[in-house]
Amino acid sequence: MVSADLAGAAGRWLASAPGSAVPTWNLVSDIRQMLMFPFMVHALRAGTIVAVTAGALGWFMVLRRQSFAGHTLAIVSFPGAAGAILLGVSVSIGYFAVTIAAALVIAAAPRSIGGRARSSESAIIGTVQAFALACGALFVSLFGGFLNGVTDLLFGSFLGISSGQVLVLLAAAVVTLALLALIARPLFFATVDPDVAAARGVPVRLLSAVFLVLLGCATAEVSQITGALLVFALLVMPAATAQRLTARPALSFTLTIAIALATAWLGLGVAFFSAYPVGFYITTFGFAGFVLASAWREGGRLVRRRARRRTPSAVVAAP
Amino acid sequence: MREPRHSDPDPPRPADAVRFEHAAVQVGGRTIWSDVNISVPSGEFCAVLGPNGVGKSTLVKAALGLVPLSAGSVTVLGQPAGQSGRRIGYLPQRRSFDPGLRVRGIDVVRLGSDGERWGVPLPFADRLLPSRRAARERVAEAIEVVGATAFAGRPIGQVSGGEQQRLLIAQALVRRPSLLVLDEPLDSLDLPSQTAVAALIARICREHGVTVMLVAHDVNPILPYLNRVAYLARGGAVCGTPAEVITSPTLTALYGTPVEVLRASDGRLVVVGEPEAPARHTDRHGDQARPW
Repeated sequence: MVSADLAGAAGRWLASAPGSAVPTWNLVSDIRQMLMFPFMVHALRAGTIVAVTAGALGWFMVLRRQSFAGHTLAIVSFPGAAGAILLGVSVSIGYFAVTIAAALVIAAAPRSIGGRARSSESAIIGTVQAFALACGALFVSLFGGFLNGVTDLLFGSFLGISSGQVLVLLAAAVVTLALLALIARPLFFATVDPDVAAARGVPVRLLSAVFLVLLGCATAEVSQITGALLVFALLVMPAATAQRLTARPALSFTLTIAIALATAWLGLGVAFFSAYPVGFYITTFGFAGFVLASAWREGGRLVRRRARRRTPSAVVAAP
Repeated sequence: MREPRHSDPDPPRPADAVRFEHAAVQVGGRTIWSDVNISVPSGEFCAVLGPNGVGKSTLVKAALGLVPLSAGSVTVLGQPAGQSGRRIGYLPQRRSFDPGLRVRGIDVVRLGSDGERWGVPLPFADRLLPSRRAARERVAEAIEVVGATAFAGRPIGQVSGGEQQRLLIAQALVRRPSLLVLDEPLDSLDLPSQTAVAALIARICREHGVTVMLVAHDVNPILPYLNRVAYLARGGAVCGTPAEVITSPTLTALYGTPVEVLRASDGRLVVVGEPEAPARHTDRHGDQARPW
């Protein structure tokens, strides 16, 4: 049923080649035109849910320097989905089961608080990642006939999202975000200052494991929209952009969610009027935001440095 | 050197803030130290000295209840170790903050006040709820005490080592603890910062009545302020006033090999003949080079 869904999505993909939806450049009427299609409404709902979840988890992931673990969880979602299609079960189940399992494996890997074991951790993560990709390749070749589906799994598609899938995403997002809210402050403590947190009785290791599982859930959600390879567009880019702009935790968290929502909506909107994959657009908008934020910060730093240099020289030049 | 204060006619103190009695610790079957007797009277500034690798950090962790004793007992603020958490401010051995960490110093200090509470800090709660407002004022006050107001708003990875250390002391102080436990707070600071931070800790001890237990491997920056010294060497410990402990006969007995304490012309004490410390710095200094 799901593979049929994917095949159908690919078919509709071809049908939505340039010309089938043409922007009038009148924003209101364009949006109205977009919302006439139920699949587009589903996609926007799913994109909204996914953007908020990814932004929230991604903010902590970037702060915790666990992007490599997040990347692996995203990669792992590919064999998860491919395996689910092969077994004929729901793709959502495949995504969630495999990313959560991988999160538990990564959490079980030894990790010292001081960071000495980080290199061995990344070796374990890399090993898991390579094996997972290989499994995905195997599942695809075992199944044989869904090459278009493979592209969707890797690079994303928003055409095949059903209202049932939206509900699954919503339920998973509510649970994930509620748990994150429960552990948010001790997790922040354990991230910024693990030694003192541990001395204060914060269960640092447990929090790390719970966080990885939540991150697994988030990547499983995002993968369903952006594809396994472009998960980072929503997981890393908004958080990295926001953290470049401000060092205030509450502000950068809010900014992360806002940027994630903006890139998801913009990406979906533009993809609707275009023949190219949605993952590309979401990633491009995310990347543009990151570049702009970096330029803003570096520019500000340059201006300040120049101002500082000018003041003393002016004093020296004065007679 | 100042006269040790515990000989002053002070009002009688309730009890020792920290007291080790015949304590021993084993890690992985190896005895780190044994038969250690150390007492730190309330309100005093006590240094835990000794060569590297001798178990000074382990001593501190035992006092905090993070490492169990294999023999003897340790009492902290009148309770067994590990049961007076909120009344102890702890500054672990040198933490290096990633220079790219985009979190302000004030946020790190604030975590000292409520970091282990579950949930999310509600937006604007610190302006609306009286208890939150009080916590916010305590954070500002702790930052003020350590003289960090000017740089508390900058990302912590981008301030200097001495400034980070001040912020971390503020974090340890934010709950107004009765006991401050500092593990090598002067390590890897430049000399002026060492002097300034040592003076700051002494002032906190004196003006706020906080007992200080400070681990160091170099006694000189803190010697002018010390009331008490616990000298840890391989196998055992000696505790007393600096004048009692840092002497040739005491250290010779402690090390089991001739050790001489000299006084340089500027008043600094120099310990000569100290055996080389075993080279196992397993828990010291992260393996990354420090940016500052």
